[in-house]
Amino acid sequence: MDQQKKIITIGGGIAGTEVSSVLSSLGYDVIMLEKSNQTGGKLNNWNHLFPNGRPANEVTGFLRQKIQLQPFRIISNTSVSRVISANGIFALETTAGQQLQANAVIISTGFETFDATRKEEYGYSIYENVITSVDLEEIFKKGKTPLTSRGENPKRIAFIHCVGSRDEKSGHHHCSKVCCITGVKQAIEIAKQLPDAEIFCFYMDLRMFGLSYESLYREAQEKYNIQFIRGRLSEASENQDESLLIKAEDTLSGRPLKMNVDLMVLLVGMIPGKETSGMAALFGLEREPNGFLSVRDLHLNKNRSSLEGVFLAGTCIGPMTVDETLENARAAALDVHQYLQRTKR
Amino acid sequence: MKRQAKTRIWNDYQKLIPDDNFYYLRSCIRQNFFPGSEHAFLQIMKNDLQKNVFDDPNHTTCTGIAYHSDLLPFETLQTVAARQFALMTESGYKNAAVSCVTSFGIYSEVLETWKEFPEEEAKARELLWKATGREFNVPENVSHCSDIIYHFRDQIAAGQKYSLINQHTGKPLKVVEHIGCHYAKMFPGKGIGGAEFSSVLSGMIESWGGEVVDYPERRHCCGFGFRQYLIMGNRGYSVSNSRKKFESMEPYRPDAIICNCPGCAMFLDKWQYVIGEMEGKTYGPGREGIPVLTYEELAGLMLGYDPWDLGLQVHQVDCEPLLQKIGVQYDPSMKFKGLNGKNLGKPVLPACFKAAELEVIPG
Amino acid sequence: MNTFGYKIMSPRTIDFDQFDGRLLNEILEKEPSFRTCLSCGGCTATCNAGTLIDFNVRKLNLLLRRGEIVSLAREIDKCMLCGKCMLVCPRGINLRNVIMLLKKGACRLSECKGQTGVDTL
Repeated sequence: MDQQKKIITIGGGIAGTEVSSVLSSLGYDVIMLEKSNQTGGKLNNWNHLFPNGRPANEVTGFLRQKIQLQPFRIISNTSVSRVISANGIFALETTAGQQLQANAVIISTGFETFDATRKEEYGYSIYENVITSVDLEEIFKKGKTPLTSRGENPKRIAFIHCVGSRDEKSGHHHCSKVCCITGVKQAIEIAKQLPDAEIFCFYMDLRMFGLSYESLYREAQEKYNIQFIRGRLSEASENQDESLLIKAEDTLSGRPLKMNVDLMVLLVGMIPGKETSGMAALFGLEREPNGFLSVRDLHLNKNRSSLEGVFLAGTCIGPMTVDETLENARAAALDVHQYLQRTKR
Repeated sequence: MKRQAKTRIWNDYQKLIPDDNFYYLRSCIRQNFFPGSEHAFLQIMKNDLQKNVFDDPNHTTCTGIAYHSDLLPFETLQTVAARQFALMTESGYKNAAVSCVTSFGIYSEVLETWKEFPEEEAKARELLWKATGREFNVPENVSHCSDIIYHFRDQIAAGQKYSLINQHTGKPLKVVEHIGCHYAKMFPGKGIGGAEFSSVLSGMIESWGGEVVDYPERRHCCGFGFRQYLIMGNRGYSVSNSRKKFESMEPYRPDAIICNCPGCAMFLDKWQYVIGEMEGKTYGPGREGIPVLTYEELAGLMLGYDPWDLGLQVHQVDCEPLLQKIGVQYDPSMKFKGLNGKNLGKPVLPACFKAAELEVIPG
Repeated sequence: MNTFGYKIMSPRTIDFDQFDGRLLNEILEKEPSFRTCLSCGGCTATCNAGTLIDFNVRKLNLLLRRGEIVSLAREIDKCMLCGKCMLVCPRGINLRNVIMLLKKGACRLSECKGQTGVDTL
């Protein structure tokens, strides 16, 4: 078994770290490139994970521990600027000017959250009391309770689902899958911090697909008295005291509805990251209409890209939860291993 | 309210507005509602800005009223628009300056239809030829007159005699801006700043010293739709829309409302009287009502034109309180006098409005 | 006062900030499972009364949550208390208890308001 095959992983989030760890433990020479100065990707900014409220830093900590036990080379603050592939060997040039070679490349460049300023009618970064789920998670991570612009605890909070997802006007038709459960989780977290607050979730459909998500939804309704109103928000406007006037339809009663809220949280969707689009262009990879990278076979192999020797792991393929990302990364590792075993050179 | 995102959005919706050589497409009914406005526009363009604007007596109404009331088919509308373009081509102009927002919507709609369906354009050309023997070129640029004033707002600011600052308190005046629906809602890319945070009027207001009031029903229609109000029984629907806007803007205590559509300005002005009569409620401080101005009247006031030349005397809601706040010098005794001091007769003040206090400002 | 031949309309938007929440809070205290209703409509589909007259069980939840106590008082009369809805509910809500609580509550609150025209009584 020729284990001196080289592998380069582009992207040091949880997918990249996991796939690199597994391959490194199988004896391969793995180099992981990460554009920021630390591994862990978006999970570094997250406080607690659904559905059980587990701290996100436990996951990133566990993955970092794995790296320490089976180290591999990590080059930080670096991305790829050029690619030449010939005879099954990939020659990459990094932004730091290094020349690297690999028999297989894994792309794990991940996702970005939708830029909510593009939904002008919701007023993100225009009105004071509009934040995204990412902003809220940051507040939780600092151990704080969300406050209105006047420094008070909000008495009424509205969560808006499907911001930047399932939306022709934002240019993203796909469902980002994880935002509904994120909304329910964050609503419960606020309800625990502010038991007297009224919390509303405005949804089009509620996607509670995972294990124990439905129970979390039920708990949100029953125990925390969170109200779910089926109706899409059309617009938000600011009152004189900086509270927000929102308009939605109460589709179940068939009448338009308006209410004043102190704080509005936009559940922003997942879109392909800039690096994902960048790598697709550099390597010449096929992409789906929604911009994520195309996989070889939706049922049988979700880890191969349209190019032989280039593998995919994690959310560069599409929206995924943390557990799905790690599963996908491990599957990618096995696939790379089998590929490299077969191509003896 | 934060500016960064709004400024970024405005940059996404920028429109090319030409600098000179406009063909003026007048409104059919505006001159009844606000007699001084179109004249003021021409004066400002020619005298204050030294621009060439051609006022062609041969052009007709855009027939928007008939089209929107289902009296005319779309083919006729396209042919009428084609005729207007033919007149433009014949007089050698490529830039249209459109006075009315309905017309602007009509021309935009026709031009967009022709882009997507070239066979419609071919048909319009054929129909025009058969009807009048004229041919046309598609205009290079169709801008609404408020776009043009917006484009030159800094030049007007340079020649400002008065500004939108309250003389008594020294603070900027609070102005509500209302955009006509057909200006930006139909094609958001054709309105400066897009449909949500449109900047054509707010840009003018801020360049001239005022403060824009943002209230929740900012983008709500005023109710002026020909379908809505042509039949008397339907007018309740129209007035209810304006009332919703007034109820929403009232807590902000605006000093004035500025509109760029003739219908909107008329409605927001006259419905204050109707609501006063029907419900006994008058908006504005002390039952004075909130004065409504068109953007040309505002530009004219800033440049020092006489308010009575601008036609402010025919407004339903008296503009004197606003004039006093700005500090405009005017002669109250000339309000209802025509040319050569002829007495035009004084209208009866409705019971719901308080009489504006007439201060004699030394001229 | 002049009316000019037309009327000014009041907005039909549900104004969430102004509704009578007394009955809602009472019911939710005494029957917390009712909070888990997701308006699926299963109850209305099977309802005996609903097939014959204009009675919508699902809408009871909405009327309650929008504070429309008078409409609620009239609707409640129509329920036969047969219990078919409870057989179907995916959330296992004790609907008969909800109806009974509504009857008592709406009855009492209407009395408090001094209304005599309510059909329930």
